[in-house]
Amino acid sequence: MTSALTDPTEAPSSGDALPSWTTDVTRNESSLRRFLAGLPGVDPVGIEQRAAALATRSIKKASKLAAIDLAIAMVDLTTLEGADTPGKIRGLARKGIDPDPGTEGVPHVAAVCVYPDLVEAAVEQVRGTGVKVASVATAFPSGRSSLAVKLADTALAVRAGADEVDMVIDRGAFLAGRVGLVFEQIQAVKQACGSARLKVILETGELATYDNVRRASWLALLAGGDFIKTSTGKISPAATLPVTHVMLQAVRDWREATGQLRAVKPAGGIRTTKDALRYLVAVREVAGPQWLDPHLFRFGASSVLNDLVMQRRTQLEGHYSGPDYVTVD
Amino acid sequence: MTSTHLDWDYAPAPESPAIGAVRDRYLPFVDGVFAEGRGPDLDTVSPGTGERLATVSTSGREDLELAVAAARRAQQQVWGPMSGAERSKYLFRIARGVAERARELAVVETLDNGKPIKETRDFDVPTAAQHFFYHAGWADKLQHLGLGPDPAPLGVAGQVIPWNFPLLMAAWKIAPALAAGNTVVIKPAETTPLSILVLAEIMADADLPPGVVNVLLGAGDLGSALVTHPGLDKVAFTGSTAVGRQIARSLAGTGRPLTLELGGKGANIVFEDAAQDQAVEGVVNGVFFNGGQVCCAGSRLLVQESVAEEFLARLQARVETLRVGDPMDKNTDVGAINSPAQLARITALVDAGVSEGATAWRSSCPLPERGYFLSPTIFTDATASMRIAREEIFGPVLTTMTFRTPDEAVAKANNTPYGLSAGVWTEKGSRAMGMAAALRAGVVWDNTFNRFDPAASFGGYQESGFGREGGRAGMAAYLRTDDEPQLAPQPTEAGA
Repeated sequence: MTSALTDPTEAPSSGDALPSWTTDVTRNESSLRRFLAGLPGVDPVGIEQRAAALATRSIKKASKLAAIDLAIAMVDLTTLEGADTPGKIRGLARKGIDPDPGTEGVPHVAAVCVYPDLVEAAVEQVRGTGVKVASVATAFPSGRSSLAVKLADTALAVRAGADEVDMVIDRGAFLAGRVGLVFEQIQAVKQACGSARLKVILETGELATYDNVRRASWLALLAGGDFIKTSTGKISPAATLPVTHVMLQAVRDWREATGQLRAVKPAGGIRTTKDALRYLVAVREVAGPQWLDPHLFRFGASSVLNDLVMQRRTQLEGHYSGPDYVTVD
Repeated sequence: MTSTHLDWDYAPAPESPAIGAVRDRYLPFVDGVFAEGRGPDLDTVSPGTGERLATVSTSGREDLELAVAAARRAQQQVWGPMSGAERSKYLFRIARGVAERARELAVVETLDNGKPIKETRDFDVPTAAQHFFYHAGWADKLQHLGLGPDPAPLGVAGQVIPWNFPLLMAAWKIAPALAAGNTVVIKPAETTPLSILVLAEIMADADLPPGVVNVLLGAGDLGSALVTHPGLDKVAFTGSTAVGRQIARSLAGTGRPLTLELGGKGANIVFEDAAQDQAVEGVVNGVFFNGGQVCCAGSRLLVQESVAEEFLARLQARVETLRVGDPMDKNTDVGAINSPAQLARITALVDAGVSEGATAWRSSCPLPERGYFLSPTIFTDATASMRIAREEIFGPVLTTMTFRTPDEAVAKANNTPYGLSAGVWTEKGSRAMGMAAALRAGVVWDNTFNRFDPAASFGGYQESGFGREGGRAGMAAYLRTDDEPQLAPQPTEAGA
């Protein structure tokens, strides 16, 4: 696919206009491919060693409590089942608004994340609470459909009031080197989002190499994605620490290159408070403390919320309660 | 969009000093017994606080004679005649003992040496145990080392080890010597005597026969008396090049085999096509691991000019995130300098770098008010003639130079009297192989740095020493083969 690409500076982007080099890079598919291939490689042994070393950080006492609250505020509380119903969504939304009923000072989650046809039900529940509604779209999770269908899917979510759209990239096209096609589709979906923030799911488990994760991250950032997100949660492996490191490096380098702040969302496989704290350590030390913000970092997860709530109580009460003392929604 | 950005940092997470069970007084270990030495008492100080940690009784000349005699007796009567399979059982037992008391050993090492608990816990202690496990495996397989049908132990080994990896160096020295059937008289550095005494307890608990390992305590004069003792069959030393040179001089003509592992000025070479983020990591690990108090530290960064500016910016940003401070805090990345003397030496070299015109950049991480600390420092625009580019600094100080072509990188990297280690960072395999062949260094790491394995031989070129430790070559240093000329008369029982 070598069709001319539209000028990315005309596409809506987060914040200020992009520097002019991005126009050169995205002029056509071959320039885009050359740019992505020219990005520095990622040494797998080195990145895994670094991720494992950072995972030994010891988070205790006040810093643990603060981290738990921050992690709760970063959760995109997610249900993406074929069996989802408006009733299920209502429960999920209530849980997101007040994760630990009866306990003071627990923050609400960042968003609830649902399928497009259930956005309306979610919007109704969270209105006025600060909790946002995110919707997957674009023939989630495989992305195997026409652009027209993907745009219609996106429009459905946005019309129903989604604040955020989680799209999937065409991994087949990416792996086949058709980066221009992937770029154009992200741009088109971004346009269809209007004011909604766009999360671009790379499905890193299918990209297989860290080099591919870095290239796909830059591709998504160049195309105007507000977030780069690891996974759909439907493919194993989902989010891993080393993959998230690569993506955090990408947004850090993107800021260096353009001055813009973009966000990262690992999703899938983050189940415990310990997992979540390890991600926060990575955010702090790889991207920088500035990204310790629900606007710039999210967890795509569901079961982790109850573990966070339990660990929060443990910090305050000095003893463990148990799963019967937190609500299952 | 309103920002709820949180200024989140880690609370102090100190390991408990009580786990080290440090006693007030420690004794040398000779002939299977912890007994008062005949030398003056010596205080050992905790570099993280600058406070006295414990008092050790040091060994006198008479203790040295007793130790050498005990080692000779044990070698001739017990350890030498013992089957390799039996010796290996003792070594496995010691390895398990180290693993079982790992947490205690990590705390003792950090308190006594000043390096971060993260390193002693995750590197020093596990790697020490690994060395005993590895060499336990060789004890009954000496005939398969490729040294002839029946390699024989040399006899009694005198060993002197440094303060930068007290326990690990003890393991490097003791494990191969014992596996080969030798006995040992070993002396740790006077600033770090404690962890090897815990190791001696582990050996005693393992019922290691008396006299197989003897630990003498004291300063340099005792070390020099030990290595020149005529009752030894083998001398092994790890430490400074100046002392190594003295030892080589005094042993010349005696025919006594000698292994020296000395200083270094390792080059870390970063090409433009390297995986930049991991190269940054590797450079940081290369020179700030153990606060740069590592003989094989990658203390010279050679970075290709085309990426130098960007690479240095990334490197500085990364070094800014290093947490310098209390060695006992589990989140500390860079701990204390081992002694005021070493701190003064490093500071003098840093001052020399500044006065010779190099630009010094220092991490802004605050330093503790007590103890011996130094900010991680990076010198940019250094030239090859400056002292900081030639002399071993042995501290958290990186000297940066640039190169344009691979040939220039090789020429600059090899332009040192040392030759212990080097690192090559490139995604191009053929270039890495070519560089490895062209670099005159005992260890060349490709896309990594400061990785150790007991199966890999370690040692230097030129003034970095001779002989190898680890792997088959390391075993060969403690064995005599039939076809080797016998230069020295067989030593007789060394008595006072």
